[in-house]
Amino acid sequence: MSKILFSSITKKFVMALAGLFLLTFLPVHLFINLMLLKSESEPFNTAAHFMATFPLIKIMEIVLFGAIIIHISWGIFLQIQNWFARPVGYVSRNKSEVSFFSKFMIWTGAIILTFLIIHWFNFYFVKIGLVKGNPEDFYGMAHSLFKIPVYNIIYLTCFALLGFHLFHAFYSAFQTLGLNHRIWSPVIKIVALVYAILIPAGFAIIPITLWFFR
Amino acid sequence: MKLTLKIWRQKNAGTKGSFKTYQMDDVSPKMAFLEMLDALNKKLVEEGSDPVAFDHDCREGICGSCGMYINGHPHGPVPAITTCHLSMRYFKDGETVWIEPWRAKPFPVIKDLIVDRSAFDKIQIAGGFISVNTGAAPEANSILVQKRNSDEAFDSAICVGCGACVAACKNASAMLFVSAKISQFALLPQGRIEAKQRVRAMVDKMDELGFGNCSNTGACEAECPKEIKLTNIARLNREFYKAF
Repeated sequence: MSKILFSSITKKFVMALAGLFLLTFLPVHLFINLMLLKSESEPFNTAAHFMATFPLIKIMEIVLFGAIIIHISWGIFLQIQNWFARPVGYVSRNKSEVSFFSKFMIWTGAIILTFLIIHWFNFYFVKIGLVKGNPEDFYGMAHSLFKIPVYNIIYLTCFALLGFHLFHAFYSAFQTLGLNHRIWSPVIKIVALVYAILIPAGFAIIPITLWFFR
Repeated sequence: MKLTLKIWRQKNAGTKGSFKTYQMDDVSPKMAFLEMLDALNKKLVEEGSDPVAFDHDCREGICGSCGMYINGHPHGPVPAITTCHLSMRYFKDGETVWIEPWRAKPFPVIKDLIVDRSAFDKIQIAGGFISVNTGAAPEANSILVQKRNSDEAFDSAICVGCGACVAACKNASAMLFVSAKISQFALLPQGRIEAKQRVRAMVDKMDELGFGNCSNTGACEAECPKEIKLTNIARLNREFYKAF
């Protein structure tokens, strides 16, 4: 039984489930973030306050952090195993026809993690009191951050890379779960593409609007 | 046709290898790739040098032993063929051709372009079989099989175990090979009886031998000379979950 629990397929299965859970969180986060586009701060701050205090959300926050930790740690562990599986590489560059974004998952993932850490420092650590700031005015804090061009460039780059990561992650998770179907797999791929464009684009609209149009 | 060959030369598993450059001035586009290597070896033997060691047997695309990594592709740049079916007409006059052995920890180099692929045999021995009494051939219609399943099982069973999937995969994963071997049994009633033990044993062995993990990039499917499909890997995953 222990061999099954630590097998390569089980690890991938757990990673895929954790990844799919994270995919469900992004639209929720985006929905709240879009309130930053309103000229008054109240709707966003109320939503942020609700997310910080509602008991069910507090429980989901623990699940969310669990999923993030599992997804990242398993991802790194599997990647290290993969590097060990080919100690001597090829001299000629591999020219196999593959999904382009799938080749860089560990790197796009690492950049997203870096952004996540910056994001936690800016907001989450303020909320839990580790970093100075006003947790009741995330609207003001977000608006002041989006006034910094360098921050906006980093933000937009990271969300573009998140899109690349999400596209492969979305349809790949279904394959890992064993859900491959003659008709539905191509549909899942299209849904993955739409999701991978819409979600990062939705997040990107906020700094672009605040930076150029306000 | 004139070609510059950059070939990996390695005396044995214990020594360090390196690329050696060879000039071939009279390669015919009608030659097979292995014939071109035969011509190089003839020249090397006449010069008193050590010929390039490469694996080959049937030269008909069915034994899977002639694997080598040519210009960034396992079995060369033409899809759905083994190296022995590769013709020199796919190369241009004056081209430099890089020839490397399969690279994966479970496939150590024995000499030059020959690697030890017995890791695949070990996976097969772990569970790639059904337990039946041998003897007279059973009546063909006593166990009915749906045509679609029989076709799919056959499509999986044509895997020749050449290792191109491992060679192409950026993670050196053997999932396509194992999934083909699992599928050829999983789709047939005779294979269902030991399905759970089989998938556990073969996946355990695959992990133990140090192959990498599948990340669904699809390079294996693109390079497989027998066009084994990625749907087999999804089936392997399903079979594995059912074995819990």
